[in-house]
Amino acid sequence: MGRERESPTTTQQGYSVEQLVALNRYNPDILPDLENYVNDQVSLQTYSLESNLCLLRLYQFEPEKMSSQIVARILVKALMAMPAPDFSLCLFLIPERVQMEEQFKTLIVLSHYLETGRFRQFWDEASKNRHIVEAVPGFEQAIQGYAIHVLSLTYQKVPRTVLAEAINIEGVSLDKFLDHQVAKSGWALEKGSQGKGQLIVLPRNEFNDPILKKNTADSVPLDHITRIFPILS
Amino acid sequence: MLALSGVSVKSLHRHLLNFQPNQIMASHDYDDARGGGYDDPRQQQQSQDQLGYDPNYVPDSVKSFVVHLYRHIREKNVYEIHQMYETSFHTLSDRLFKDTPWPSVDAVAHYVDNDHVFCLLYKEMWFRHLYARLTPSLRQRIDSWDNYCSLFQVVLHGVVNMQLPNQWLWDMVDEFVYQFQSFCQYRAKMKNKTEQEIALLRQFDQAWSVYGVLNFLQALVEKSNIIQILENEKVGLEQFTSTDGYDYNGGSNVLKVLGYFGMVGLLRVHCLLGDYHTGLKCLQPIDISQQGVYTIVIGSHITTIYHYGFANLMLRRYVEAIREFNKILLYIYKTKQYHQKSPQYEQILKKNEQMYALLAICLSLCPQSRLVDETVNTQLREKYGEKMIRMQRYDDEAFAIYDELFSYACPKFITPSAPSFEEPLVNYNQDAYRLQLKLFLYEAKQQQLLSGVRTFLKVYSTISLAKLASYMEVDEPTLRTILITYKHKTHAVDSDGKVISNADVDFYIDDDMVHVVESKPAKRYGDYFLRQVVKLEGVINELDAIKLD
Repeated sequence: MGRERESPTTTQQGYSVEQLVALNRYNPDILPDLENYVNDQVSLQTYSLESNLCLLRLYQFEPEKMSSQIVARILVKALMAMPAPDFSLCLFLIPERVQMEEQFKTLIVLSHYLETGRFRQFWDEASKNRHIVEAVPGFEQAIQGYAIHVLSLTYQKVPRTVLAEAINIEGVSLDKFLDHQVAKSGWALEKGSQGKGQLIVLPRNEFNDPILKKNTADSVPLDHITRIFPILS
Repeated sequence: MLALSGVSVKSLHRHLLNFQPNQIMASHDYDDARGGGYDDPRQQQQSQDQLGYDPNYVPDSVKSFVVHLYRHIREKNVYEIHQMYETSFHTLSDRLFKDTPWPSVDAVAHYVDNDHVFCLLYKEMWFRHLYARLTPSLRQRIDSWDNYCSLFQVVLHGVVNMQLPNQWLWDMVDEFVYQFQSFCQYRAKMKNKTEQEIALLRQFDQAWSVYGVLNFLQALVEKSNIIQILENEKVGLEQFTSTDGYDYNGGSNVLKVLGYFGMVGLLRVHCLLGDYHTGLKCLQPIDISQQGVYTIVIGSHITTIYHYGFANLMLRRYVEAIREFNKILLYIYKTKQYHQKSPQYEQILKKNEQMYALLAICLSLCPQSRLVDETVNTQLREKYGEKMIRMQRYDDEAFAIYDELFSYACPKFITPSAPSFEEPLVNYNQDAYRLQLKLFLYEAKQQQLLSGVRTFLKVYSTISLAKLASYMEVDEPTLRTILITYKHKTHAVDSDGKVISNADVDFYIDDDMVHVVESKPAKRYGDYFLRQVVKLEGVINELDAIKLD
């Protein structure tokens, strides 16, 4: 049941790749467009999980068309989407024998470190594999974003050393980074007491401060009450 | 005529049209004529069973069955169609066709004016019966695919004016996906294939192709315009759910309802492929927090929730999975008795057991038993209580249980690609399952230490990192990573990118002090009081009804 083929990324009909995926997602002919789009995402620092999953699916249907390089790029992009589970979503679609390739093994290890909060090991491993991760601009910032996300879920006040390790920034650069966050994101700095290092006060949110947690637990939805109206009347 | 006249139906698959019932026999001969070397007991069994089966012999009861069914379909008598479809067909199958196929379509065609559409429907049932009771040969699998192509083409071209029971329409989609899955499993067992089978597989490489299957389902969804219909219904512009999907204005419900169930079919196919995200997306137009057409047919209700829950489990949205499993398990518990005579009863029980296993997995990774109804909880403890305690331990034995429950309860994953026909032929029917299992166990391993932390957090309101580290027998930096992992794993990202907490026990760290936040299980008071009010009212009414002498 092949359908009409739409032309690539910049289509005369003005279809974007997202539209192609929405309208034509079970059509093998869009595979080259999707591959180009992965490269676009890398160079333009954009991201589309939908179209990448669509491509992995087409690879799954016709494994002989698979490009390892494109798969690797998709996986790096998926790592950058943490804390969303995109990396697993992609792995579910990649045959095991492909996952045995060296570069994918590395990426799986990197994902494992991020999933289990082991940032020091993560940055060590990443630095040994610059050729994989540095091929994708914005990688470092994206992972730092994820690190800050989980730290903000976890800490009200985090020791400077813990933060430094998680985002892999130290010394003067870290000072600069902190100044920026204080100005832009509502962070605050505190001197540690009795010879302890600096503390960074992270903004409160519903996950690191129980007071902000919306308490909907004890409310009863109206439609439940309406059920007993006949009795109450 | 069941089809509107004057419209010709093109089939994409030419060879379909050549389908002749005598080919059914031919294919059996073909199987039997296979040269030595490969002994396939399954095939021999089949040919023995069918010894004495004459595809052209039509018993009177069958003749009467098709004549009446044809008439009821023509008269759009949904009630009678349903009776014949759900009861008579199975009664006759049990009585006359326990281990042989039904009479061939050609043998019955002249009783029903050779009606093209009726013959397609008859064949659909013919193959379904064959799949359920016998082992289909490769030729029969291909023929059944061809029949689905013709049937869906007719429906997609809008040339039917029938009104068919929801149960039947659901069964079509369900069976279509089942036969696809079954074909993929069959094809992946390359080792024992004969030369003839391989030749057939090569020749009919479009049969049950994953593109064909997905595109048919997608075409049903699109052509039926069902997504728009459901949207319109929300603002009162159209009726669908309120009429149970039927059309009381003389139109046909077939395309609409097939499109509707097509969305469930897509969810299922995507789960079989390991594409959980896309699967859930396909289901999105159906609001599963509400009753709908999908809940009318028990099989559809269960299939929907089973796959929805499983996909959420794989996406780490445990609370969502627990909630929906709980709801449907409670529903099955309460309504089971009404389905005892249904041909789907066994299937209902099997999915019921599988969903308890999935619930046990979810609750072991995310112990939120307050989300589970008492009745369901009692059942769960009976079935898996002891295993769940062992799963908490996170040693090798615990992983063995995760492995066991997952393997028992997961969908039958498939590899959709065609086999390599190069020697040596290898079986790859387990590949997809092994990958999903491996990735699931990997996830469980990453959460290995979390139940330990949870145990300690539960008994403290504040505890210093140093103290907690010493209790857990790890150093402080390691503890920090465990606590981060706990936060990350208990805070899922939902489909809109919003962070949702799945944690029963939560905490925050201030410098080097852990402050524990236990979400209070005070939740159900409102609900509880409401139920008691209703109960009391019932008791009072009963008392009122008693007249004392």
